[in-house]
Amino acid sequence: MDENSSARLKRQLLGIVHRIGLFLAMLTICLPGLWIVLSSLRPTVEIMAKPPVWIPQEISFDAYIAMFSGIGKGGIPVIEYFRNSLIISVTSTIIAVAIGMAGGYAFARYRFRGKSSVFLGLMLTRTVPGIALSLPLFFLYVRLGIIDTHFGLIIAYVALNVPFTIWLIDGFFRQVPKDLAEAAQIDGCTRWQAFWQVEFPLAGPGIASAAIFAFLTCWNEFALASQLTRSVSAKTLPVGLLDYTAEFTIDWRGMCALAVVMIIPALTLTYIVQKHLVGGLTSGAVKG
Amino acid sequence: MATVSLKKLTKRYGNIGIVHGIDLDIADREFIALVGPSGCGKSTTLRMIAGLEEISAGSIEIGGRVVNDLPPRSRNISMVFQSYALYPHMTVRENLGFSLKIAGAAKEDMDRRVAEASAILGLDTLLDRRPSQLSGGQRQRVAMGRAIVRHPDVFLFDEPLSNLDAKLRTQMRTEIKKLHAKVQSTVIYVTHDQVEAMTLADRIVIMREGHIEQVGTPDEVFRRPATRFVAGFIGSPPMNLHEATVDDGQLVFASGEKLPLPAQFKANVATGDKVVFGLRPDDIYPTGHGISSGGAADVHQIELPITVTEPLGNETLVFVEFNGTDCVSRMLNPRPLRSGERVAMSLDLSQAHLFAAGTGKTLRS
Repeated sequence: MDENSSARLKRQLLGIVHRIGLFLAMLTICLPGLWIVLSSLRPTVEIMAKPPVWIPQEISFDAYIAMFSGIGKGGIPVIEYFRNSLIISVTSTIIAVAIGMAGGYAFARYRFRGKSSVFLGLMLTRTVPGIALSLPLFFLYVRLGIIDTHFGLIIAYVALNVPFTIWLIDGFFRQVPKDLAEAAQIDGCTRWQAFWQVEFPLAGPGIASAAIFAFLTCWNEFALASQLTRSVSAKTLPVGLLDYTAEFTIDWRGMCALAVVMIIPALTLTYIVQKHLVGGLTSGAVKG
Repeated sequence: MATVSLKKLTKRYGNIGIVHGIDLDIADREFIALVGPSGCGKSTTLRMIAGLEEISAGSIEIGGRVVNDLPPRSRNISMVFQSYALYPHMTVRENLGFSLKIAGAAKEDMDRRVAEASAILGLDTLLDRRPSQLSGGQRQRVAMGRAIVRHPDVFLFDEPLSNLDAKLRTQMRTEIKKLHAKVQSTVIYVTHDQVEAMTLADRIVIMREGHIEQVGTPDEVFRRPATRFVAGFIGSPPMNLHEATVDDGQLVFASGEKLPLPAQFKANVATGDKVVFGLRPDDIYPTGHGISSGGAADVHQIELPITVTEPLGNETLVFVEFNGTDCVSRMLNPRPLRSGERVAMSLDLSQAHLFAAGTGKTLRS
């Protein structure tokens, strides 16, 4: 066998190994999700079976039907929870992204006293586990009378997300060359117009990804929400999962069904926005 | 169309001075080049004229109007950036028309002016492309097109050709010259490349460490440099500069070599003066291979060893050893020479320059 054909064979073999590796990695990542979907469709006996039953024997949508059947028939107020989750996540995402844009822009473009300490301080807040703050927050919220409200959870989530959105958006504004805003100003824009006409569209993908991350954090957050909400009027979907636990039993099937209901909007949103997440829009602005 | 006038223009960042009170008057439709090594303050000066940088002291007038505190958009200038700074999310057409759109121009007016600019620069076929789909030279042209569309009073160029390769740079240089002939507006052009400055400008401003060293036509700064720095900066290959001491009508160099004191400086120096002797490569050549400088030549003959030769086809750069260092000379109608060979060199001392060793100022009266 000559050198060329052995090199070609080696390349093909490596390609196959590469694909198997990728398949295994994807399987590991997707299996829990798939297991949740499967578990929401099979009877509890099968879910609890040891050894596990890999292929479901019978499939039914009972859990989903029951979920929407109302109190007393195995149902939970899923519409209310969904509405709460949506209001809280969307509002806090919008606020966090707005603050993140202002902050990220300032960190990317301006020099000011104590800039790096402020930035470090913001990042350090990420090191505090949110749950550690739940008790102080609980007392504070009770005093302020905002316990068990949308507002209370929204400001908690904004505080949770702002350091992250600032950090992410700062990075994206840094990639937009300064010259572009200056060129826009010479072309007749005010500082404000230069931002909206040139810098904002170019940092768009970054801002979209910051928004997605912030939204998913709020949408999936459980620890704080479980402490700060009590009633149907404020509880979010993750907290709603607890409705399936009774004193002695846990309805795994119902829980899985609600988890699927939770995943669908998040998945759809990510799918819609993903094409905006792809960068590379700035190529060609400057000598490349 | 406007004059530009800088009066005691100063820029400081904290305690660090960048531009130290420069004065400059630029006539209407003049092409001015600001040159100097990096860090000399030329770009900062341009950015202050553009309004992108605040001024620390002094004043800037455009068309007789003081614009010190006006934002860039109120100065009616346009600028071509070194990086081109094209808007990547817009097509060429949108890039060209952006300033008009912001100004709220009518659609027909916008189309007409974009068409006019793209015709001047040959961009007609590229109007629907994005900057990322253009080559370097095309991007450069779009950047210039964006500048002309506005019909500005003053064009500012910030090292516009330094990102292009050598061949394209020469080509675009010619295009800029043609463009200036067509649009006839005042141009301030920043570059670190003295060849660009010499070929393009009506007048050249040579800057160094935030000060203006000399302002003059290309011919003036080449033939009568005001300082040692200008002498060394303008011209390629650069002028040969050697320190010497004046001793009884002679220049004595550190190596002990001697040259007669050029006649034109006799009245301005005295024995014991420390000076810098300068001679352009054109004015030192192997005997019989030089540029004839007419009848006024004051040629001195000297035999020097060759270190290296660089043949360029129609001429050869011959490096000879003088005063312990290399001294570059230009040999026309070259004949083969060997390293180490001693050749008779002609030095045209009527073209020599002398600068005061301390201040660096010319000793020409």
